[in-house]
Amino acid sequence: MTELPQPPPNRRRAHTRTRDLERYAGLFAERTGVMRSSAMRDLMAITARPEVISLAGGLPDTSTFPPKSFAAQMTRIAQESVAEALQYGPTEGFEETVDCILQVMGAEGMLPDPQDVIVTTGGQQAIDLVCKTLVDPGDVVICEAPTYPGAVPVFCSYQADVLQVECDEEGMRIEDLEAVFAQLDAEGRRPKFVYSVPTFQNPAGVTMSLPRRQRLVELARSREMLVIEDNPYGLLRFGGEPLPPLYQLDGGDFVIYIGTFSKILSPGIRIGWAVAPPPVMEKVVLGKQAADLCTSTLTQYFVREYFAEGRWREYVGSLAEIYRKRRDAMVAALREFFPAGATWTEPEGGLFIWATLPAFIDTGDLLARALRDDVAFVPGQAAYVDERGRNSMRLNFSGVDEDEIHEGIRRIGKVVAEQMELYGSLTGEHLAVDPGTPQRPPEDENVVPFRKAAEGGE
Amino acid sequence: VKVAVLKGGKSLERNVSLRSGARVEDALARLGHDAVALDVGTDLVERLLAEEPEVAFVAMHGRGGEDGTVQELLEILGIPFTGPGIAACALCTDKALAKHALRGAGVPTPAWFAFNQTAFRELGAGDALGGLEQRLGFPLVVKPSHGGSALGVKFAASPSEVPAALVAAFSYDDRVLLERFVDGRELAVSVLGSEALPVVEAIPAGGDRYDFEARYEIGRTQFVCPAEITEPERSAVTEAALGAYRALGCSGFARVDLILGSDGPQVLEVNAIPGLTDTSLLPQAAEAAGLSFEDLVERILELALAPSGASA
Repeated sequence: MTELPQPPPNRRRAHTRTRDLERYAGLFAERTGVMRSSAMRDLMAITARPEVISLAGGLPDTSTFPPKSFAAQMTRIAQESVAEALQYGPTEGFEETVDCILQVMGAEGMLPDPQDVIVTTGGQQAIDLVCKTLVDPGDVVICEAPTYPGAVPVFCSYQADVLQVECDEEGMRIEDLEAVFAQLDAEGRRPKFVYSVPTFQNPAGVTMSLPRRQRLVELARSREMLVIEDNPYGLLRFGGEPLPPLYQLDGGDFVIYIGTFSKILSPGIRIGWAVAPPPVMEKVVLGKQAADLCTSTLTQYFVREYFAEGRWREYVGSLAEIYRKRRDAMVAALREFFPAGATWTEPEGGLFIWATLPAFIDTGDLLARALRDDVAFVPGQAAYVDERGRNSMRLNFSGVDEDEIHEGIRRIGKVVAEQMELYGSLTGEHLAVDPGTPQRPPEDENVVPFRKAAEGGE
Repeated sequence: VKVAVLKGGKSLERNVSLRSGARVEDALARLGHDAVALDVGTDLVERLLAEEPEVAFVAMHGRGGEDGTVQELLEILGIPFTGPGIAACALCTDKALAKHALRGAGVPTPAWFAFNQTAFRELGAGDALGGLEQRLGFPLVVKPSHGGSALGVKFAASPSEVPAALVAAFSYDDRVLLERFVDGRELAVSVLGSEALPVVEAIPAGGDRYDFEARYEIGRTQFVCPAEITEPERSAVTEAALGAYRALGCSGFARVDLILGSDGPQVLEVNAIPGLTDTSLLPQAAEAAGLSFEDLVERILELALAPSGASA
């Protein structure tokens, strides 16, 4: 009855045994010890269920990109440049892509030397390459509190000692930054760089004021320290007056600039860039070569064709208009459904609102509860390297439409009210809100500490 | 044998379940079985009827998969399944009920009080909290009655930390436990059929508590199997584990988590469907007993297909 052993139907490796695991663990680099997967990541996996209204993503709306236009661009590539578009390209990226980048930066008043630009696989790779170039284990890196959640794992994987400086409604508190510098000076340590998203910050939604921008640039210059300006959202402004990017104020001596097409065109094409002074750029290029040789040529061709149509600003304008409506819908829903004691930012652009709840609410646990009601957000903890932020959350308004925003915020408001009521019944404090009763506390009480001037500007 | 591997589902432990399931499918394929993977959703019954598996391997954790829900469905459809039966699953999953059953059977478990949300909301249980805290002492552990993988488990070092811990635990479940914190070594005893496998000790790296993150990440927790404990300790731990397994009516397999404190072992909980991922404890214990993962999967299938009662 012996049959010949059948080959397994798939080619997955044989399972890992405990001993193998230990052997692998013994081989892991020290930096993997600080590379964290997390319960949060597992929770976030559930947010992908179709019935979940996800305010958790950072997704731009790609549904309004005209299919005809996409088809025409890809057809032109097929007809005219198929061999090149399928070939490797230069590590620095194509000159034509850099031309498009110069247009985008020009739209915000920046005029970098094309030689200083490298095309990267998304802005995320630019962060990684800059860290690869600058950060040794134990080096001090300073960022905002809260900071871009996606930057935290990058800093951690280079074993940086990450210090976070609080933000308020005018962005990073530069006087606090100076205090951190003084402290570091006393310890004989020198930070490698300050990482900032000065405009429509992810996750806080706040924008650094002009005096603070000027002061930050001055500090960088006087201390001969680098500032990494990450600016994915600058052109997505729908209120207030544009402010000059740090790069423009500094002229590119001590500010390394990171940009991306993700939010103004498509995150799927994975094209971003970095602008850095030549000595830094030289190392960044070597790092890029080691990482992936070059950025996708095919999608660089797409960018070139798309920009050749000359309507990119119009499209960005239409996105900003969509996001303005969604921001308005979210703010209105927050006023209607979030209980007194909750605060939030009211950004003039970008994709995110940052809401803060009473201190006893842990938004990681709240997310588990919210998922039972099919709604998701990013718990604030993701934006900190320490224990801060546990009672805050990032809410995205770009990825879903107004009705879903309204319903999503209603559901979150309901579970927040439920937890406040419960806490009140446990402590005797009267935080309780009647569920279902719209709360309309005075705006001034509500919109701290990140309050930006009322819509429409300063 | 045609085996439906049930995995995924909607629970918070969905990802862990997908990893357990994938590993089981692999093993089944290598064993020459016909494995059909089913990510559990609204079409489950339809797919089971279409596939007509001879047995279902339930590789689900948490709500829906580990609490008897899927098991009830499988029973109605007449499909034998791996792991404990409906009642045992339901009991293991509700930590409060499980602890009553343990205490009733004389199995040591840390002192506790359990509440549902209504008690606090409508019956003013908050007023009784102070007295209860005193009886349990600090620090104490607050945890959801349902749920696994340490999600929502909080330590409260003082009375002022209790309300927020309760709010967090209620995020996962309508019922929560306040439990006396027992300091000691963290041990797990997996039971296969009616036999205890070697004891595993979990030693979190860097002195972290054995939390969700450590559980599923290679290299963050050091596991020692068999645990380095004395023979009398081993026998006390194994006896407590088997006592718990029986008290909750488990069959097939289960994993009993214990703390070995200065007063001997205390059973914290019984997992009806323990993880089967690369870093899970049941596979490690099986390996220490000389069973490869394939052997383990084969044995679990045999137990599921054995005539009722034969597995005891």
